[in-house]
Amino acid sequence: MNMLSEAAVEKALDKKMNEVAYKMIGKDVSVYYGEKRALFDVNLNVRENTVTALIGPSGCGKSTFLRTLNRMNDTIEGCRVTGKITLDEDDIYDKEIDVVELRARVGMVFQKPNPFPKSIYENIAYGPRIHGLARNKADMDQIVEASLQRAGLWAEVKDRLHEGGTGLSGGQQQRLCIARAVAVSPEVILMDEPCSALDPIATAKVEELIHELRANYTIVIVTHSMQQAARVSQRTAMFHLGQLVEENDTDKMFTNPDDQRTQDYIMGRFG
Amino acid sequence: MSTPLILLILAIIAIVCYVVGTRHALAIAGGLSSKLHSRPGYYGAFVAICAVLPAAIVLAAWLIASPLYINSTIRGGFPEDVKAKSEAEQGLAFGMVSSLARGMDILTLDEIDRVGSNPAELRSTLGSKGVALAGDPEPYMVESAGDLNAMNKISNRIMTAVVLIVALIGAGLSYTRISHRFRARNRVERVILGALVVASSIAIITTVGIVMSMLTEAGHFFGRVPAWEFFFGTVWDPRFAAAGASASEGQFGLIPLLLGTLYIGFVAMLVAVPVGLFSAIYMSEYASPKLRSIAKPLLEVLAGIPTIVYGFFALTTVGPFLRDLSSSINGIATGDFANFIQAQSVLTAGFVMGIMLIPYVSSLSDDIITAVPRALRDGSLGLGATKSETIKKVVMPAALPGVVGALLMTASRAIGETMIVVLAAGVAARMQLNPFEPMTTVTVKIVSQLTGDLEFTSPQTLVAFALGITLFVITLCLNIYALFIVRKYREQYE
Amino acid sequence: MTDVVSSPAGVLAKPARRDIGIKRRYAAERRFRAYGIAALSFGLLFLALLLWSVVSKGYTAFQQTMITVPVEFSEQIIDKDNERASDPQKLVTANYPLIARNAVAKVLGVAETDRSGLRAVNQMISDGVRGQLRDMVVANPQIIGTTQTVSLLAAGDIDSAFKGQIDLSVSENNRKVSDQQVGWMNQLAESGALGKHFNTGIFVNGNSSRPEAAGVGVALIGSFYMMLIVLVLALPIGVAASIYLEEFAPKNKFTDLIEVNINNLAAVPSIVYGLLGLAVFINFMGLPRSASLVGGLVLTLMTLPTIIIATRAALKAVPPSIRAAALGLGASKMQTIFHHVLPLAMPGILTGTIIGLAHALGETAPLLLIGMVAFVANYPTTPMDPSTALPVQIYMWANEAERAFVERTSGAIIILLLFLVVMNVGAILLRRRFERRW
Repeated sequence: MNMLSEAAVEKALDKKMNEVAYKMIGKDVSVYYGEKRALFDVNLNVRENTVTALIGPSGCGKSTFLRTLNRMNDTIEGCRVTGKITLDEDDIYDKEIDVVELRARVGMVFQKPNPFPKSIYENIAYGPRIHGLARNKADMDQIVEASLQRAGLWAEVKDRLHEGGTGLSGGQQQRLCIARAVAVSPEVILMDEPCSALDPIATAKVEELIHELRANYTIVIVTHSMQQAARVSQRTAMFHLGQLVEENDTDKMFTNPDDQRTQDYIMGRFG
Repeated sequence: MSTPLILLILAIIAIVCYVVGTRHALAIAGGLSSKLHSRPGYYGAFVAICAVLPAAIVLAAWLIASPLYINSTIRGGFPEDVKAKSEAEQGLAFGMVSSLARGMDILTLDEIDRVGSNPAELRSTLGSKGVALAGDPEPYMVESAGDLNAMNKISNRIMTAVVLIVALIGAGLSYTRISHRFRARNRVERVILGALVVASSIAIITTVGIVMSMLTEAGHFFGRVPAWEFFFGTVWDPRFAAAGASASEGQFGLIPLLLGTLYIGFVAMLVAVPVGLFSAIYMSEYASPKLRSIAKPLLEVLAGIPTIVYGFFALTTVGPFLRDLSSSINGIATGDFANFIQAQSVLTAGFVMGIMLIPYVSSLSDDIITAVPRALRDGSLGLGATKSETIKKVVMPAALPGVVGALLMTASRAIGETMIVVLAAGVAARMQLNPFEPMTTVTVKIVSQLTGDLEFTSPQTLVAFALGITLFVITLCLNIYALFIVRKYREQYE
Repeated sequence: MTDVVSSPAGVLAKPARRDIGIKRRYAAERRFRAYGIAALSFGLLFLALLLWSVVSKGYTAFQQTMITVPVEFSEQIIDKDNERASDPQKLVTANYPLIARNAVAKVLGVAETDRSGLRAVNQMISDGVRGQLRDMVVANPQIIGTTQTVSLLAAGDIDSAFKGQIDLSVSENNRKVSDQQVGWMNQLAESGALGKHFNTGIFVNGNSSRPEAAGVGVALIGSFYMMLIVLVLALPIGVAASIYLEEFAPKNKFTDLIEVNINNLAAVPSIVYGLLGLAVFINFMGLPRSASLVGGLVLTLMTLPTIIIATRAALKAVPPSIRAAALGLGASKMQTIFHHVLPLAMPGILTGTIIGLAHALGETAPLLLIGMVAFVANYPTTPMDPSTALPVQIYMWANEAERAFVERTSGAIIILLLFLVVMNVGAILLRRRFERRW
């Protein structure tokens, strides 16, 4: 065992660190709404096939950061983003990058379930159809089925695919929205407090789903609930007043955080 | 006393009552208004209301009832040979009598003595005083006119006395009721509430008035012309309302008018719907706030321009332009410079009406489109849809019921529009499908049947009411259905 | 079973770089956007075209060609036998156009024996001079026998020709002014006798079959009476109805019925209100035809729903906290509404009222049915007198064939639009000035 010097151990560890694949890298990201600055030079990397949870008190900028990752901020008037965010080495704010293409690769699930007022089938088929992912009806049927399978909704809705998506329960609606996002085969799925409008049982189902989706997708989730972050994520980032306070392994974050503010927040001293 | 004078006296009584009542209440309380149940002004108002309200009601009732009574008495006094004549002729005779009565009122006593026995001279004398008579009055008419004046005079005296007595009794009774604990405010407020209820039932009265008046007159029409001939007739040729003309001489077919109305409305919608809808979409989804703040009011200016101006625009600009354009096109194509578009045509009227409807479509659908929740848009954009895909495949389908409702409302406006078609569509009631030829509409015919000299007995005039009720029913159905759709649509997103 | 599950899942396998038809889809996006811009520009273009067409045709109506010449008020023509002391009618019925013709003929040097020449001169002067000169003489009989410099109205055709609205290159037979008259016109213009003056007549004159003497004076008074009636009746009734419906009415079948009713009344075609007015006010109640009173009543009924809808919206916008505060201090419900809610809602109510009035001012169709198309040349003194309205006057002139009437019609439209602009700007200012954000 002596054969390995301390330096060598360090090197090996370093190598291991370097092997970590970053799906998205945010560097000095700042966001302004008009004159008001909402985010201050955030440096946060998102690891591939990992669930990254963004936590922090209300108004801390966690949702804002999430929305910069697929440029949903573009739809808000007067919003400006500086810094650099890359997706597999592509700068997503580069002029060359197309926002439609980006969003096809980085999907999003919203706080409130927002199924389109169409049938369940049409809800799922919408994304593949606009992106031209299915060559024919059979293809589309397969995509719909697979997406619903992945979202764990297939068994519940397979007999009523052509009924309205708005007739489902809240939890089912949210899983439908996740299935809808999955149907486009994105690389990253962003979730903005996906369980805040759901009851505990529906929440458990969605959390289970998130856990399963991790194998195929990179997931970033904003959550209000620390327990949820602890349950579903491997990495956690803590935001406060528009700044990234700490980013760490979830286990470490909840047992022994580096930053006092994280400690305080987790202990419930503010929030 | 004349009615305005009585009203003036009542107003003075009201003011006096108010002042006296207020003072009296204060005096009872020994100058301390806090001892009273209500503010002193309410006591004054209570006395004023008690004085004036019953008196005013009596006045109104008298004004309605007394002419009815007097008129029937006078007509009952007509000679037997006049009473044997038709209702219309009796009406005419009574008209003469009332003009005579009005005229004799302005004549001096000497003048009446001078001309009373000579009908022709009476007529010319009255004519010089500004009272025109339709013919030479007959002696019995002069007599009846005298009776009429006398009865009116008596009625007026009694009315004045009754009204003033009622006012004074009301004032006296209410004055004695003023005391510390008397709840004047509650009484006054109840009267105000009653007035509010009356005001809001005017909407109902108006509707009832519309329906009743049109049903009555249309009923007279259908007494002359069978209903099925009107609703299913294909020829519109009412002729002129010549004296002694029988109903069978004119033909009153609704179909050509209805066809013209719908055709012109259809052309108008063809212009207004795409333009209005795309304007609304562009302004609500694409335009910068600055552009929107300029373009939206400008478009609404179009809605504020009176339709007569559109009619004039169609008549003097669009119609001649289309006519000349068609003759040039024809000339280039065939060498024959005959115009194939008439200056007054379905196209001209429909096109201009379409322009008029653009702001209706755009502002109604703008409201509907912005009511679609943002979450749906985000959901679609988050999946990587472009803006237009989001609009076409998510926003518009979601807004569709509301937009359909808005379009139905616009269509009802197109059907009821009058001035543009009066000036630009033409008057020929024809059944044909060439948009370059003139056609006519229900509204044009209502106007043309009712302008000029009217006689409320001929089917040529009364048909306007049958047309009117048809128009009313069609637009009412469209609107009720549209309101129903829009209301359901709004509830869905609330 | 596992096969079924895994094989569709395989569909979602991530392709390296997908072709999602970006180019095609952005082309569609641009097309869609272009439709929007095209639609918007179409609407705005026609707004501009409409206004331009009216203004370009109508601005000349505010100028009137006049011929200023010395006019000899010859006693020979007016009152040959000196009877005016005994018979005042003499001055009223005298042949004033002859005086005017002689005056112009003298300036032009047309001999008194040249009958066709004199007729041509006569055609250059408007028949409106009859009233013009008569009024001068009746007001001041002393001027008989003297010579005064008077600006005479030129005939409509000369007016059009002088404004360049008649194509003089057309052969003489096909136009209404002869070459001789054009020559005279230019001759007078050069000497300064003939020229354009500001046309006060269009604002003050009554209707006339001669375009050069026609004006919207009567129509303005009629419209004014009607607006006054609408304001006096519709505003209080509308506000009272709204207060009841919004603040007091229980939710039951009856108030539901009123609700639906008001919404429908707002959408009833205006011509139906004309039929109502004709049947109820004129035929049943026996009010006079063509009177602005009837017009005002009809327009009141038509405007009422608009005012009610606007007022209810304004009342609804007053936050419940205001009501709660007043009620909490022991004010009665009626006091709360009249002391607090109504004053706060007033700007919204007034804005709605002005917009309703503006709408009523431009309304034509119902007025046609109650006989306001009558030819009225004299000012109405009360709302019971025959009158006409501004938009109806426009309608009547629009049906006239003469070229000069197109100009008058456009001029009248400009006046109407100016009134509407003033009212709407007033409404906007009112809203800006008093608007509260809760």
